Amino acid sequence: MWRIRVFEERVGRLTRANEIHGLVHLSAGQEAVAVGVCSQLRDDDAVYSGHRAHGHAIAKGAPLEGVMAELMGREGGLCRGLGGSMHLVDVEHGFLGATGVVGGNVPLALGSALAARLSGSDAVAVVFFGDGAVQGGIFAESVNLAALWRLPAILVCENNGFAEFTPRSAHTTVERVSDVVAPWELERETVDGNEVLEVHAAFGRFLEQARAGQGPFLLECLTHRLGGHYEGDPQLYREALAAAEWQELDPILRLQRALGHDGFEEEAGAEVEAAVEVARASPFPGPDLGAELVYA
Amino acid sequence: MARELPYIAAIAEAIREEMERDETVLYFGQNIATSENDPFLQAFGSDRVRVTPISETAEIGMAVGAAFAGYRPVVELYMAEFMLVAMDQVVNEAPRFHYMTGGQVRVPVVLKAGYGFTAGWAGQHTGSIYGMFMGVPGLKVALPATAADAKGLMTASIRDDNPVVFFHHYLLTLEHGEVPEGEHVVPLGRANVVREGGDVTIVALGYMLGQALAAADQLAAEGVNAEVIDPRCLAPLDTPRVLESVEKTGRLVIVDQSTRHGSAAAVIAAEAASEGFSSLKAPIRLVCALDATIPYSEPMEAYLLPDATKVVTAVQQVLGEAPVPA
Repeated sequence: MWRIRVFEERVGRLTRANEIHGLVHLSAGQEAVAVGVCSQLRDDDAVYSGHRAHGHAIAKGAPLEGVMAELMGREGGLCRGLGGSMHLVDVEHGFLGATGVVGGNVPLALGSALAARLSGSDAVAVVFFGDGAVQGGIFAESVNLAALWRLPAILVCENNGFAEFTPRSAHTTVERVSDVVAPWELERETVDGNEVLEVHAAFGRFLEQARAGQGPFLLECLTHRLGGHYEGDPQLYREALAAAEWQELDPILRLQRALGHDGFEEEAGAEVEAAVEVARASPFPGPDLGAELVYA
Repeated sequence: MARELPYIAAIAEAIREEMERDETVLYFGQNIATSENDPFLQAFGSDRVRVTPISETAEIGMAVGAAFAGYRPVVELYMAEFMLVAMDQVVNEAPRFHYMTGGQVRVPVVLKAGYGFTAGWAGQHTGSIYGMFMGVPGLKVALPATAADAKGLMTASIRDDNPVVFFHHYLLTLEHGEVPEGEHVVPLGRANVVREGGDVTIVALGYMLGQALAAADQLAAEGVNAEVIDPRCLAPLDTPRVLESVEKTGRLVIVDQSTRHGSAAAVIAAEAASEGFSSLKAPIRLVCALDATIPYSEPMEAYLLPDATKVVTAVQQVLGEAPVPA
């Protein structure tokens, strides 16, 4: 979790210094969900995420240098600089993608789940999305189809109470995402998304069943987005959490307190700095790459 | 060996033969198998042939995800307009992933969609909207006008590692044509010169090919020899073939059932004007539908749409034999 936290904070500074360009959406504060889920998955399990994907990609095994170089738009990036923050993909580690259109990733995950079923594998598909994705038509369509075909897919909702710049109450009358999917009768649970052990346990229960061919499942993780919607968001729409309040909620500090451990902040810092150096040394892609990959 | 098959059967034959040849080919869509006796279901089983609810976005998104994993889904959409419901998946997801991932994934999906059924199906079911998909990088667009090409292009589409939108014209559904038995591939991006001639080039899309050929016959009786080209595929577009013809004839008429603005005809005309200007002896004429929603009333449909007579007039205009309306 420290790797993700330090990475995201570093990315924030690099963005403000214009070394990372464009739109980035940081996931600091939500590490427990990424780690509680992905630490139990294999490379052949397909994981999808949305625009706030750095934590998920790293937790799934994407190398820090590859992610950092991609954010810097370099040839050495996971996607050779062509995807960027919102389109991180690391096929080798089964991180099949960050997508930029909210909800667009949910049916993709169904496709991976279907493929696993058809090929007789016990691999599962996981899709991370925020509470904001639940009101779009594609969400209901996808849940319906997944339930109808009983696909081995686990839908993980990071409910941080905000969809971009407005609170959940401005989006819907249904407070809990797990209530939204109730009519389809899928197995679902709501957990404290800032308790990594709780996330780990709940996801683990669903994972075991999904590997046995059951599904779909919904895990709603109540969590908190430390930063704004995107890096640079002045966040005029919400009150900052008092430092003391955050000390209580911080998933990393909670785990450290629970285990009586000092944590890995320093080690993470060294690893992230090394990744920054590697990324900075990687060249920008050449202009030919632009036309080369239009068609496979 | 070739035998006569209707256009729609030629397409089904291509899908069936590819499903036999390659077990990664899947077929799904709404109502595609309405009973256990459906031939596709019988032949390939309910894992590979799946009936979906009315949820185009989920169907297409799922096809994309399955394609990442190495499957080759064919999604039956019935009407091109239903793809509009799922534009995020068709435009923003399927064709962009290969590029955005630096080449890590391929998306061999075929979206089969019918169009152009001008028989009183009214404004939302009658469009010829393929032009909208032409400019999407990474997306291929197939547009067969004959039964043989329908089979050949469907085969090529399924084998292609890129997402392909395969548009089949509803008025051609029962048109019979000689269709080769067994493997038949028409490469995507290769136009067909259906009729050779030296006086004018007529590029005709889809169902308009028939109209163009009828016009060419009428023109021949007046001593005008038209060269008729069927692009067969809009993306990639066989511009060189069109330019070669324009170099020979110097005159270009494009007939396209879609509305004029944003049409495939407009793109082809721009290419010819930009890259073939020195060959042109007259301005290019576009024979398209009026820029309006196709109306329901039968005589109104005919009023808006291109036909052989309008093509003949356009040819006469580029030959300087008929006035161009102000």
